[in-house]
Amino acid sequence: MPMLALLATNANQLILATEELGEINDGGLLASLAWLIPVVPLLAAFAIVFFGRRMRYKGWELAMGAMGFVGIYGIVLAFATMNSEITYQGAITMGEFGPLVLEWGWMVDGLSSMMYFVVGVVGSLVFIYAKSYMAGDIRFTWFFASFSLFAGGMLVLVAAPNLIQLIVGWELVGVASYLLIGHYWEDHDNSSAAIKAFLVNKVADVGLFIGAIIIGTTAGTFRFSEILSQVAAGENDLLKKFAFLGGLALFIAAMGKSAQFPLHVWLPDAMAGPTPVSALMHAATMVTAGIYLLGRMFPLYFVEGYAVDVRPIIMIIGALTLFLMGLIALVQTDLKKVLAYSTLSQLGYMVAAMGAGAYTAALFHLFTHAFFKSLLFLGAGSVIHSVHSNEMTDMGGLRKYMPTTFKTFVIGSLALAGIVPLAGFWSKDEILVSFGDASGGAANFALYLSIAGAFITALYMTRAVYLTFFGEYKGQGTPHESPKMMTVPLVVLAGFSVVAGLINMPGITAWFTELTAVRFTVMGDHHPTEINFVMAGLGLTAALAGIVIGYLLWSKDAETQQARDTFRIPVLYPLLKRKYYIDDLYMDGIVRPLRGPVARSVDWFNGHVIDLFVNGAGALAKFVGKYVYRFDQSGLDSAITASAAATGAGGSVLRLLQSGRVQQYAVMIFAGTVVLVAGFIIF
Amino acid sequence: MGWFESGWGISLIVFLPLVGAVVVLAVPKAQEELQKAVALVFALVTFGLSIVLAIQFDYGASEKIQFGTSREWISAIGSNYTVGVDGISLPLIVLSTFITVLAIVYSWDHWPEPHNPKMFLMLILVLATGMVGTFVALDLILFFVFFEVVLLPMYFMIGIWGDRTEIRIPVIGKVTEMRLYASIKFFLFTLFGSAFMLLGFIALYFRSGPAGDRTFDMVELAARSDLFTGSFAFWVFAALALGFAVKVPIFPFHTWLPDAHTAAPTVGSVLLAAVLLKLGTYAFIRISIPILPQEALNWAPAIGILAVIGIIYASLACLAQTDMKRLIAFSSVGHMGFVMLGIATMTSIGLNAAIIGMVAHGVITGLMFFIAGSMSHRYHTREMSRLGGNQKLMPIMGAMLGLSAMASLGLPGLAGFWGEFMALLAAFTPNAALNAGLFRTLMVIGAVGTVLTAGYLLWMMQKVNFGEPRESWDGVDLHDVDKFEMMAWVPLIVSIIAIGVYPRIVTGATNGAVVELIKNAFGG
Repeated sequence: MPMLALLATNANQLILATEELGEINDGGLLASLAWLIPVVPLLAAFAIVFFGRRMRYKGWELAMGAMGFVGIYGIVLAFATMNSEITYQGAITMGEFGPLVLEWGWMVDGLSSMMYFVVGVVGSLVFIYAKSYMAGDIRFTWFFASFSLFAGGMLVLVAAPNLIQLIVGWELVGVASYLLIGHYWEDHDNSSAAIKAFLVNKVADVGLFIGAIIIGTTAGTFRFSEILSQVAAGENDLLKKFAFLGGLALFIAAMGKSAQFPLHVWLPDAMAGPTPVSALMHAATMVTAGIYLLGRMFPLYFVEGYAVDVRPIIMIIGALTLFLMGLIALVQTDLKKVLAYSTLSQLGYMVAAMGAGAYTAALFHLFTHAFFKSLLFLGAGSVIHSVHSNEMTDMGGLRKYMPTTFKTFVIGSLALAGIVPLAGFWSKDEILVSFGDASGGAANFALYLSIAGAFITALYMTRAVYLTFFGEYKGQGTPHESPKMMTVPLVVLAGFSVVAGLINMPGITAWFTELTAVRFTVMGDHHPTEINFVMAGLGLTAALAGIVIGYLLWSKDAETQQARDTFRIPVLYPLLKRKYYIDDLYMDGIVRPLRGPVARSVDWFNGHVIDLFVNGAGALAKFVGKYVYRFDQSGLDSAITASAAATGAGGSVLRLLQSGRVQQYAVMIFAGTVVLVAGFIIF
Repeated sequence: MGWFESGWGISLIVFLPLVGAVVVLAVPKAQEELQKAVALVFALVTFGLSIVLAIQFDYGASEKIQFGTSREWISAIGSNYTVGVDGISLPLIVLSTFITVLAIVYSWDHWPEPHNPKMFLMLILVLATGMVGTFVALDLILFFVFFEVVLLPMYFMIGIWGDRTEIRIPVIGKVTEMRLYASIKFFLFTLFGSAFMLLGFIALYFRSGPAGDRTFDMVELAARSDLFTGSFAFWVFAALALGFAVKVPIFPFHTWLPDAHTAAPTVGSVLLAAVLLKLGTYAFIRISIPILPQEALNWAPAIGILAVIGIIYASLACLAQTDMKRLIAFSSVGHMGFVMLGIATMTSIGLNAAIIGMVAHGVITGLMFFIAGSMSHRYHTREMSRLGGNQKLMPIMGAMLGLSAMASLGLPGLAGFWGEFMALLAAFTPNAALNAGLFRTLMVIGAVGTVLTAGYLLWMMQKVNFGEPRESWDGVDLHDVDKFEMMAWVPLIVSIIAIGVYPRIVTGATNGAVVELIKNAFGG
């Protein structure tokens, strides 16, 4: 059955909205206590700040305990939600603004349970790893406080049953990201990278603010469940009128957090943060917040009459990101940067899939990507920990020294490249199918670019694997395998990277689809019922071709690796090296002019134009005062002094000031005040 | 507690600090500890009474004037001592008494030159009377008196304890001490505005009815708002707005502010930012809108436009600052721009946003000025280019500065967010009589302003807090936050987080009053 037809029928189902859900299972105590999920890590963050240093493991145990709690709760909730279709939201009022009531709340449904699971499980593994990775760090305790703050913020975001709380979580993860990217703030480059991440996200947040305002105001409520049931019911004309603008603004927000072209520039720089941060925040969870937002608001983009016209824009932006950023990964020499551009590219897949209307496919790729990309980052961290450099030119031959890291890294790479039957194959295939089934130029554009992207993905990962693990070791000292606390999370994540795709195989399993379809608003089933061999074949062929060509290019012996890496294609190579000149455009076109000439001229205007009138008035008063009142000007030689003199009283005040007899004068002032106000008491 | 509710409670809160000032005056000059103790006790009791006020307050009827009284005062002109509290003034009264206590606590061990604690404490206490008095006054003349009472202590604070750096005055070119220029500019600028304001008050009085039935009573004037129409109302609104706008300050009447803040001693800057700026915005809500609702609508677009210009203009000016304190001062202009944008929407959401924005700005910018003051006290410079690595030299101070910067840039979960975001939200659907297209444009520009705000604060943090400390600080005694600073700042930090997490602390009081105010003014 073609996907498009499926979507069309789903659109009808969607309109049935909440009543179609029939008996709502509120999940009992399990769901009503789910507010603990965001609150526990936030409290842990505070506790670490105040008590961390005095604890045995310097506060790590608090962070780990909170994260482990979230992990276990997330696993339980995910299974419970899938089995018994829990939809629950709880709220407390936090303030009233005229007709608007603002709420803190928490929600349990398929989408949020899936995210609790990902954040909790990947987070726990990264926290275990980070204890060893960050051992001896100058700000070990502070690191885990910030990391817990991030976890709390992310969970506030995921738990949010309304747009306002989503904004709170959204910016909390932003500030945690700022703190962690700038963790080594002694170095100016790191604090600059942190500021860049914050500001680019803040630009996108203008979209989030405006989108939330438009949607919330026109719907008259900020609750997702109520907004979306209005969308399904199709009766709110005001909402319909503004849905395009609101949907577009929210997409701009998603472009910032999920680092879509041209707001992607912050993510590669964010690699300045410690590697566990890159793994958890800048690969697995935080950057997927944009996809989460699109998924949360999905019916708005999906039901005719609302924001459907935004979807082609979403597809094109996503497709451009997945293609252009993949290409940049080919010329990076820093292992973490390769992975960062790879993340951008994969986020492009997810975003484009959301645009194509493939709710499940996008979220499924989010899910599988969280495992194999955090695996790759932690693997890279393991390598960096060992060779003390991010540069692949300092690596090579590491498979002999770090066998566990090598094996798990290869598994992660194959999963990312989309080789059957690893996780990435299944999710990427579903995305390709969704492009094939959606109609229109944008979908075709996305389809072609994503097949090309599959090739590029395999190519840059093959390159990275060969430069890092094959040939001769070129760095300093003798590398060694990382301790157990680091390799065990690698092995576990490798296991997930192998099996995570098996839960949603077309025609065979649909557990993931069933889970994410549990919503207040019926989402319908977007899961293909049979394997589309054309798409699967195309994707797989592209990936295999990438691996083969990558092998031919970069598997040669050690001496020529370096030569291969500086192999330059005219025009394209410098273009990629300069990242399409987008960073330069922002810096030279916006940031520097604003901070320099524009800001200075405003400041000059303030002092020389506005104050021209102010000081000019003073000077004029002085002039008038001099001739009209023939004031004694001796001792009053400053212009402003004179302007005070013009008012008479002011002059004497000033003389008092200068002669130090202020106390007497002040006594007189409030004595006068006392007399003045004493009047009423007497009467 | 019948006496408390019949006007004595409020009157005590207003005049106890003044009594305190008299008592401090009676203490011999040499006994500084006793002076400080007396001032602190009076401030604490006043703060305690304002808490009692907040507890006794009937939040179910926050639109009603509570704890009020009216006594004959200057019968010749029909001006009465009419005071009272409603949901709009309550948060600001608590803010004022709260900040007064913190200012005295901080002063305990931080005396700007030329010392003289006795005089300084007296000024703080007189200021407290003026601030609270302005917020409780319901008679225009009484309001004017308190409004002006505030002026003098601040003038002396800046003029005597201010910055002695010599500056060249732009345009005139004379060289003078910063404190002299700033204090006189502050005084004259505000006085200039006040003159128009008084004129407006008197005009309202003469239009308020036939001779013998004229009144300065704000509530009564609001009830007679139908009498004020046409060009009369237009000019009266303009005169009042000019007086209030200088105090807020609204662009382009703001140039006294950066100078006054930069020159003022730390406590002066804190009180100026935390409370004094709110007198102007409060007056817009308390006087202009209820008494001249139709003119408020006519002027709203102009106010909204100036507010948004202020947001962008101040942010750009901040980007150019090299002096940390001056940067924070300019940021106030931008933040008050959001408050004025909220007011200009003439909606209940906008006014709520304005009041929570005022309270939030009070605690956040108050904290920032405290920290900036303490830092310049230690480093003996405010030039950001000479600082750097503060986070390493004074970790706790650095962390607190970071938190206040985050709050100032409107991070959700901290106090500053609600005023900003809700003002923008209100601008999307302004009062039905206003041009929605214009206000939506203002919303977008204001939202862009939040990016610039984040920019200058983050770059400030980078220059001041991050990087390696300069070698010139080797061996310099740079102790981290001391206990008096801790006692003054921790309550502010707690308030910032509390209001951020639970804005109902403020809106619980304001919302009922604001909804009623909008209904009375604009119907519906």
